[in-house]
Amino acid sequence: MSSQWEVVIGLEIHAQLAAKSKIFSGASSSYGGEPNTQACLVDLGYPGTLPVLNQKAIEMAIRFGLAVGAEISTRSIFARKNYFYPDLPKGYQISQLDLPIVVGGQMSILNNDGEERIIGITRAHLEEDAGKSIHEGFDDSSGIDLNRAGTPLLEIVSEPDISSASEAVAYMKKIHSIVRYLGICDGNMQEGSFRCDANVSIKPFSQDKLGTRTELKNLNSFKFVEKAIQHEVMRQIEVIEDGGEIIQETRLYDSDLDETRPMRSKEEANDYRYFPDPDLLPVIIDKDFINEIKDSLPELPSIKKERFIESYKLKSTDAEVLTTSKQLADFYEEVKKLTEIDAQIVANWLIGDYTAALNKDDLDIVDSKISASDLAGLLNKIADQTISGKIAKEVFDAMWKGEGSAEVIIEKKGLVQITDDSEIENIVNQVIENNPSQVKDYLEGKSQLLGYFVGQIMKETKGKANPQKVNEILKKKLI
Amino acid sequence: MSINKDEIKYLSLLSRMDIDKNEIKDIEEKLTKIIDFVDQLQTISTDNIAPMAHPLNQSQRLRIDEVTETNDRENIQKNAQQIEKGMYLVPKVID
Repeated sequence: MSSQWEVVIGLEIHAQLAAKSKIFSGASSSYGGEPNTQACLVDLGYPGTLPVLNQKAIEMAIRFGLAVGAEISTRSIFARKNYFYPDLPKGYQISQLDLPIVVGGQMSILNNDGEERIIGITRAHLEEDAGKSIHEGFDDSSGIDLNRAGTPLLEIVSEPDISSASEAVAYMKKIHSIVRYLGICDGNMQEGSFRCDANVSIKPFSQDKLGTRTELKNLNSFKFVEKAIQHEVMRQIEVIEDGGEIIQETRLYDSDLDETRPMRSKEEANDYRYFPDPDLLPVIIDKDFINEIKDSLPELPSIKKERFIESYKLKSTDAEVLTTSKQLADFYEEVKKLTEIDAQIVANWLIGDYTAALNKDDLDIVDSKISASDLAGLLNKIADQTISGKIAKEVFDAMWKGEGSAEVIIEKKGLVQITDDSEIENIVNQVIENNPSQVKDYLEGKSQLLGYFVGQIMKETKGKANPQKVNEILKKKLI
Repeated sequence: MSINKDEIKYLSLLSRMDIDKNEIKDIEEKLTKIIDFVDQLQTISTDNIAPMAHPLNQSQRLRIDEVTETNDRENIQKNAQQIEKGMYLVPKVID
């Protein structure tokens, strides 16, 4: 692939706000209800109904704005975005164009080379979600479920500061983490609570003017964002290098074929004819209200990460992983509080075995099969040398299967570590006796054979011998 | 400023209004009058006036985030031409 092309990407992230009711009506915004049981007359755009704005939506948008260092508009207005589509009952979507609630802000990400990149946020505005069209299961018809219509959305628009598919994913993950920290979005991508559109263009590095962009719609997983952008960049380069031109259009990513293709929709070229919604008055936001929200903001991931590095002396990459999710960070601190073991070891366990176990069972941390205090109990058994780190993994697996606490399992399976010098000495002697030729080789300089002896001893003791002591005694005997 | 036949056709497409060929001339004249009127307004200098978002000089009242609506699907769907499995049916739309 030619490297003379500079890739320019901007993301529009849609985050469904975790309010109980719709943005302009008192219908429930919960996910998964029977079709059309949560769509009231306001959501359906019946004549004579009046939308009334949900205070929670405003509050959540402000929380986001403050968290990314944006300016909060004290005066904000709603507009109608006009287009026809069956899942948009009113024939327009209530959104914001001029005077959005959140203006500016930025997000720092790490690129593939570990360098910090600042991605500007243009704006974040409130709008209502549309309903859903279901195409399968009907003869020559589509079914329309309007439960989602009117669900509050925050659309977060980035500057075209992103220069690769992996940066786009890093940025999206950062925003994903922030909205969950703030408790304003559950971040559930399978359910569509968090999704994004990507504007992608390329241009020669030497050129200032941006190239023609295409818009990739409804990317609802980090993997799809990455693949769709990668694919689209390649496609654009091919088109241009073959002497063609990029057409400004909306394209859909097909994950089965791993390609993007133009939408077949006949919708006219984004001529939305926005105008201020006469049903909604300007929203005036009090400075005191903003300050109150500012005071209630939680510790955000970047600040938490620095604190973890500072107070727990963790590796920067580990602190980053632990603080991506608030639940994981809280879990870490809870375990840490309950054990004397080194903070880095707790981190290794959480990032390693614990996360692997969660992933294997496709569980969220709140559904974890091992509580913080149970895990601390296990780690304490390593700290007081009852078991080795290696045996601890076996105990961990048994705990995950629900066989009891660390203490119970160690007792039941007889896993207590052998730390008694004379007992280890006996075994060491035995192993030395049984392997005369290896001993000879070792003494002649094949020092790597030490690992072989340790292995034999561990085999004899089923891994229960204290590794430090084994090493110590072995070296003493093998002179 | 004026409006031409192609623009009227485009607007009728955007607004999904089926305008008969015979009506176009009449509509052109009427819309032109409206546009002329707007042109008059635009001769007034508004340089130092903040744009007005709403004719009422009031601010939006906010709702408390509570679920107040109950399921009224059966009643509402009496107005639909075709329903199946609780959904409204429309001619197949696929992107």
